[in-house]
Amino acid sequence: MNPNLARLIDQVRTAHQAHEPLEIRGGGTKAFYGEAPVGRVLDTRVHVGIVSYQPTELVATVSCGTPLAELEAALAQNNQGLAFEPPHFAEGGTVGGMVAAGLSGPSRATAGAVRDHVLGATLLDGRGELMQFGGEVMKNVAGYDVSRVLAGSLGTLGLLVDVSLKVLPVAPSTATLRFPFSESSALAHLNKWGGQPLPLNASAWWGDTLLVRLRGARAAVQTAVATFRNTGGELVEPAQASPFWEGLRNQTDQFFENAMVATARDTPLWRLSVPQTAPPIVLPGEQLIEWHGAQRWWSTPAPAAEVRRAAEGAGGHATLFRARAKSVDVFTPLTPPVMAIHRSLKQSFDPAGVFNPGRLYPGL
Amino acid sequence: MNTPDRGRRQAQVISALQPLLPAHALLWQHEDTVPYECDGLTAYRQVPLLVALPETSGQVAAVLKACHALKVPVVVRGAGTGLSGGALPHELGVTLSLAKFNRIVHIDAIGRTAIVQCGVRNLAISEAAAPHGLYYAPDPSSQIACTIGGNVAENSGGVHCLKYGLTLHNVLGVRGFTAAGEPVAFGSAALDAPGLDLLALVVGSEGMLAVITEVTVKLLPKPVMARCIMASFDDPRKAGNAVAGVIAAGLVPAGLEMMDKPMIAAVEAFVHAGYDLDAQAILLCESDGTPEEVDEEIDRMLRVLMDSGATHVEVSQDEAQRLRFWSGRKNAFPASGRISPDYMCMDSTIPRRRLADMLQAIAVMETKYGLRCANVFHAGDGNLHPLILYDAEDPDQLRRCELFGADILETSVRMGGTVTGEHGVGVEKLSSMCVQFSPAERERMLALKHAFDPSGLLNPGKVIPTLARCAEYGKMHVRRGLLAFSEIPRF
Repeated sequence: MNPNLARLIDQVRTAHQAHEPLEIRGGGTKAFYGEAPVGRVLDTRVHVGIVSYQPTELVATVSCGTPLAELEAALAQNNQGLAFEPPHFAEGGTVGGMVAAGLSGPSRATAGAVRDHVLGATLLDGRGELMQFGGEVMKNVAGYDVSRVLAGSLGTLGLLVDVSLKVLPVAPSTATLRFPFSESSALAHLNKWGGQPLPLNASAWWGDTLLVRLRGARAAVQTAVATFRNTGGELVEPAQASPFWEGLRNQTDQFFENAMVATARDTPLWRLSVPQTAPPIVLPGEQLIEWHGAQRWWSTPAPAAEVRRAAEGAGGHATLFRARAKSVDVFTPLTPPVMAIHRSLKQSFDPAGVFNPGRLYPGL
Repeated sequence: MNTPDRGRRQAQVISALQPLLPAHALLWQHEDTVPYECDGLTAYRQVPLLVALPETSGQVAAVLKACHALKVPVVVRGAGTGLSGGALPHELGVTLSLAKFNRIVHIDAIGRTAIVQCGVRNLAISEAAAPHGLYYAPDPSSQIACTIGGNVAENSGGVHCLKYGLTLHNVLGVRGFTAAGEPVAFGSAALDAPGLDLLALVVGSEGMLAVITEVTVKLLPKPVMARCIMASFDDPRKAGNAVAGVIAAGLVPAGLEMMDKPMIAAVEAFVHAGYDLDAQAILLCESDGTPEEVDEEIDRMLRVLMDSGATHVEVSQDEAQRLRFWSGRKNAFPASGRISPDYMCMDSTIPRRRLADMLQAIAVMETKYGLRCANVFHAGDGNLHPLILYDAEDPDQLRRCELFGADILETSVRMGGTVTGEHGVGVEKLSSMCVQFSPAERERMLALKHAFDPSGLLNPGKVIPTLARCAEYGKMHVRRGLLAFSEIPRF
């Protein structure tokens, strides 16, 4: 066995015996996300490398500490990529952190989320036992799909040692259009277009402007561009469009920059996940809408209870994404039967409560 | 088996459930319960203690609560088309048929979602969505009969899942009850839900974790058109390489299927689709989308297929011809039933690059076990359906067939694949699970079931083999497990 992995296993076994909490940490670029980390740092960046990558299999198996940028560069060499566009909040983010956080970028509504692309994982559980779930094939229904649950688990079930991800060819063509739409008009248009066979890939609405990215076969994009121009869309030059989508994906765009400044003044950034058809949500502050209406970012001074009520009223939930002080639960509280399942899962995968305790929910 | 104990237990459960259900919704006479003795895997049969057919969610909850109080196992059943015995009744359990939950609750044409009860047939969703130009993408071959609840239980695929994903990728949320009868929901109407992604566990859990009564699915805009290429090869290895070539070229076909020569002969005699009987292998490669998009993709696909050594290619010129190309593939199972008294369908998945190796390995096994095997593959995602042809009347053929099947599954695992791609473990592949998973992995899966169903009453004994069973299997393991016999009688 790789000596670095052996050392990680030793650290986990020792912590398990001592009931000592560990904070699983890669690049630390998402330390702001979730409840506050506690425990001694278990640095995953000692376990790196692309274990296997066969472009014709559309699968890459990668060790957790591998920089996400390194994986993306290797895929790009074969004109492939991660269709869900995981965010890079800063340099140095790792593949393990990307999966554990479960956050997806602008293309999510069309291309699916991180979890949709997880095919298998090697997990180090709380007792320091290595186990494999899923695999490297697209279709696999042998046993429960444990590997996908790890996406978004914030490391609470174990250390994601290696992960197999479905990768996809980069679409041959992309175009971006701009529309001068109000919020309700933007939502109405996005839902209407969504029901048509158009290569709609990403969208962003902020400050009475809707940006739409088309992605697909050359002919399909060309036809759609022509249609959209006839309905008032203005083509945005790639030199301008690419940095915009990158900024949106990595949250370095103007909206998020303003939101970051606002968090310092105790105006937190909320992520509201709602049905795409949810009507405009009314709160004080600034809003940016992604995922064709399904993800609504609010930089708002409204009390947490009001934000959560608004999200629940729209059929979704709200996450306290960035805040100076997290005085309320970061994630929407669960119903009692679902919380009971969470506790029991945690108990079986990590009986001594070693991994990232409380990062997802207090007491978990 | 009608022992006095069983009779007493039956009387006890009947008196507990009778006040909860209308008289016609409770069956226990042998002639009424015998139609429920098996699902699509007819080799395993067991008459249930009784069958409950609730008509409302309230009745489902009440039945579950009553069974929970009496510690009676509950086996949920949809259309009974499953191929791995997932709905095989429990001798001392209630079979909970959700057939009456067949209502499409709501179609949101703007939001492109449908809320449907679990007993709605897969194809009925697409039919109901069609007036809005929408459809439900996963299309298992049994879609005319199988229900969405069963699809959720099995994480069903279909011929289009390379491009459009499995059930998991097309379901937003489910509602139902825990084993104790408490209402529970996983997923949501939004694209994600707070907490661990338990929906990903429930989808494909074969009725072991919760009873699902309502499903919210995504609907997609119907592609304007589809065209299909039928390509012949004089060597299966070239066909296998062509599959890799298509993917390497950056193409994601709507469907990519392969048939070998024995299968081509069987289906051609059955449907007369015009298949090339001289070909050693045929690939069906489909593109869908707008007409411009399809033209562009078909051109690129043709180039790859020709470069890979296709001896003959034909592109469907209209919808009738496209459907004819597919008719053979879709009828592969019944066609095999015509050329052999019985067949055993395997369902493993392997990395795509090993397709040709697998065909060669199967050819060697045909000689070794003295049985024929016809092959259809979901080549695009490496999912194999070798159909081993045999005569169940001949015990020795049955024995050789089982060895043949186990050999294919173990070869698949050795090639880096899995023992089941889409049909599920059920009771059929319990022993194979011992080969694919370590004791620690199986133990964690049993704990996972316990987290959802602490009393262990939902579909007990399926999917995850006990440590004792695997130990027993290990003892019978000749040459790394070629013996697939178990305590469960087959045929």
